[in-house]
Formats: sequence, structure tokens, C-alpha cells
Amino acid sequence: MRHFFRRKSSCQIAKDRLKILLISDRVNCSPEIMELIKTDIAKVLSKYMKIDSENMEIQINTKGSKSGRGSKMPSLYANIPIVDVTAQDVAK
Amino acid sequence: MEEKRSMEKQFSPEKKGSEVIVVTSGKGGVGKTTTTANVGTGLAKLGKKVCLIDTDIGLRNLDVVMGLENRIVYNLVDVVEGNCRVKQALIRDKRHPGLYLMPSAQTRDKTAVSPGQMVKVIDHLREQFDYIILDCPAGIEQGFQNAIAGADRALVVTTPEVSAIRDADRIIGLLEANGFKQMDLVINRLRMDMVRRGDMMSANDVVDILAIPMIGVIPDDESVVVSTNQGEPLVGSASPAGQAYANVVQRVEGKEVPYLNFDRGISFWTRVTGIFHKA
Repeated sequence: MRHFFRRKSSCQIAKDRLKILLISDRVNCSPEIMELIKTDIAKVLSKYMKIDSENMEIQINTKGSKSGRGSKMPSLYANIPIVDVTAQDVAK
Repeated sequence: MEEKRSMEKQFSPEKKGSEVIVVTSGKGGVGKTTTTANVGTGLAKLGKKVCLIDTDIGLRNLDVVMGLENRIVYNLVDVVEGNCRVKQALIRDKRHPGLYLMPSAQTRDKTAVSPGQMVKVIDHLREQFDYIILDCPAGIEQGFQNAIAGADRALVVTTPEVSAIRDADRIIGLLEANGFKQMDLVINRLRMDMVRRGDMMSANDVVDILAIPMIGVIPDDESVVVSTNQGEPLVGSASPAGQAYANVVQRVEGKEVPYLNFDRGISFWTRVTGIFHKA
């Protein structure tokens, strides 16, 4: 009887796993590199505004861009909280 | 204007020459060689002039699948190294007029041939054949680079399994990076009973993930093993896989053929018992 309420078919599990797997395969980007990208973005942005680099997050997903193979083109999303928009002293 | 158009039509086949197709997959054992043998034989049965080239140097197999292993004298490496003329290395398949095989070398490795040399051999064959089909080795190393170097289009073979799909995705990415415009997917060893149970990805699931056009679905079929045992490709036979391969051949030719319904072989009783197995 338990089987009637099986949570997920193995087919669905395979599809879900592949979707995530292929994103990282296509991007060819390790977590270490992601961390480096994150610190670099923070470094560049903090030249112009005060950001909360502790709470920023970046991730790669397949939503958005429709170029390449169908809608499978990955794109980089960054969520960066800004503490102060007024420009830092760039001129100086 | 009208006249000019008809002229173009008349001359275009000559200008185009042959179509060079590479059969590739990334992962080993998913059915590249079987697909090469069957698609090639099927095209020959339609009266086309077909040349199959085994590019898997060191691990040749297309010759045994075709049943031509006893007739090898020269091979691809001999051609490249100038030990023989291209024509001497071609084995004619006596069962199908117009079908030829260029075997690979068994005692050498992938570095014996370069992509440039492959292109040269293929260009030499283009004048004489309608189709040149290359059986690509597994992997993405030099053997793969050799196989795709001279090809115009690709058939990507996969099975509905996570590992094979992952490798196919990588291969598609590499083919795209190498400028391939036409890549078609062959989904091999599909088991409808498992799909129905929700234990295997369906053909549509695989197409959704890989996002390239599908050109054929081959059901998991014991007759494939039997035909390999006998060294006689089963394309066109009454078996489900034979029918499915015959349809792939039609689609390679650019014809639209409806997909087979593999459910037909399953009796009402199997379905009823299947419901209980499921529970």
C-alpha cells in the first residue's frame, strides 16, 4: 500500500538530478571559482558604492537568456545588498 | 528567373557531393557502432553509395558488427601513412551493392592519425559516395577530434540513463564549439514498460534535457544482440529495432516518418499484470 503513495518516480529523480548536473557541467565552474568571482565582483562594486559583501549571493541558473540551445542557456544571477548608494570617493 | 532556378536545382547535388555524418556519444557502449552499421546498411538498401569509416583506432569493432572482419587487408592507418591507396582499404559488402567499409587499425593508437589527415581521406572519398558515416570512439580525446574533423553533421547516440545523457550533453557542447549546425539525437535502448512505470526517462524527457532535434528512438531489443552475433545489421527486419532503424534511415534522408508505437507488442494480459507489479 505504501507504494501507491511513493514520493517520486525514479524517472523524476533522474530528471531533477540531470537538470542541476548539466547546469554546472555546461558552466564548467567549480564552487571555488564561484567564490573567487564573488569576491571580485564585491571588490569592483565597492569602488563605487558601499555593499554588504557578507550577505551577497551569486548563482547560476537556466532562467532568463534564451540564446544558445533552447532556453537552456545558463545565466549568472547576483543578489548584492547595497548599504549606501552614494558614490565612494572615486575622484580621490 | 525560372530557368535559372531549375539550373541551380540540377547542379546542386553535384556541388554538394556526399554528406559526411559522424556517429558519436561520449559514453561508451550506448550503441554508436550498432547505429553506424544499421544506418549505413539501411542507406545502402535504399540504393545509396555508402562508405562506413571506423575511426576507433586500437579498438575496432565496426568490422565485426558488419560481419566483414575476415576480409580486412589494409586499414585507415595504412591509408594515412601511404602504405596503400584509399581504394585498397575499402571492403565491399557483398550483400549490399554500394556499401563499403574502411576498417580501423587494431594494433595502433589514436595518435596514428591527425584530424587534418582524416579530412584529407574524407575529401578523397566525397566524390565517390552519397554518404560517408564515421563511427566515433568513446571519449572526447584525439579519437573524437579525428572523427568530427571532416564531418558535416552528427548523430548523437544516447540511452535514457543519467550517465549517458550527461556525456551526450558534453558532446553536444563540444560539437557546437566546433561549428556543427546539424546534430540529431538517437535515443537507444528505450524500454516502454519501464517508462510506463515511471522508472525510465521517456524520449521526450531526454529531448527536453538535451534540447537538440530527435531523429530516432530505438527500443531495447534482443534481436540487436542476435544480429551482432551474426554480423548482419538488422535494419529493415521485422524486429522493433529493425523497424526503428529503418525509420532513422528515412529521416536521415530528410523524410518525415511517424514514430513507432512500441506498446503494440504488449498484450492486454501483460498490461493487467503490469498494474499489479507496479503496486
